[in-house]
Amino acid sequence: MGYFLFFLLAFICVGSVLGMILSKNQAHSALFLVLAFASLGGLFGLLDAPFIAAVQIIIYAGAIMVLFIFVIMMINLEQGISPERKKWTLGLAGVLAVFLLIELILAIRGSWGDLGTTGGESIGSPTELGRLLFTDYLYPFEITSVLIIAALVGAIVLVKRKEKE
Amino acid sequence: MIPVSYFFILSILLFVLGIIAFFIKRDLITMFMAVEIMLNAANLAFIALAKAAGSPAGQVIVFFVITVAAAEAAVGLAIIMLVFRQKKSIKAEDMRLMKG
Repeated sequence: MGYFLFFLLAFICVGSVLGMILSKNQAHSALFLVLAFASLGGLFGLLDAPFIAAVQIIIYAGAIMVLFIFVIMMINLEQGISPERKKWTLGLAGVLAVFLLIELILAIRGSWGDLGTTGGESIGSPTELGRLLFTDYLYPFEITSVLIIAALVGAIVLVKRKEKE
Repeated sequence: MIPVSYFFILSILLFVLGIIAFFIKRDLITMFMAVEIMLNAANLAFIALAKAAGSPAGQVIVFFVITVAAAEAAVGLAIIMLVFRQKKSIKAEDMRLMKG
């Protein structure tokens, strides 16, 4: 059952990322990405992180992607992306990706079997995470709130249209 | 009882797909989405390692990563709106002047 869920969610996730890459329409790309993030939320649930799974679905698949779709609708470009120079970037991307893949796999090859399996005792209960957030990680937590205020004010100031002088 | 290394391999695969998407796509919004894919791949690696280490600290880091990604998305999309207003285009190669 666990294996079935893992492979199903992994297939949906990788498939929708591929769909996002192959689709020409930005709105379709964004919707594929919502599917990918939702299935990643399921994978987080399999990894014993129910709180992060909920946060992933509410904030990532919900809030952030809605923001993306808003901007795509406001921009509303009709023309696709010009095809010239596409071969060149495709080749560069392929070479870089293959090298990075080989490098990452070589890097983790040694610790392949030491990672254990899922199951066992639960580690990610919301109670435990909340306790950590307000004790060990209190300063990062407070700094994050300042960061969000700064981002909010910055976004409003950037997008606001200037009054005519 | 799934081996945690499977999740790790999936996160590597997603990161590489994000890199590919970043280089293939030409418009700023889709490139930005590719960055979000890479962030999520890193989150998956963090949570897999939190499970392997048996400690919830990795999950707290992921919580912060998601918060910072939300802030980053707000500011980044605001900048994309500004670029679109000035240039009437969001292709990356149309942005080659430091001054608008």
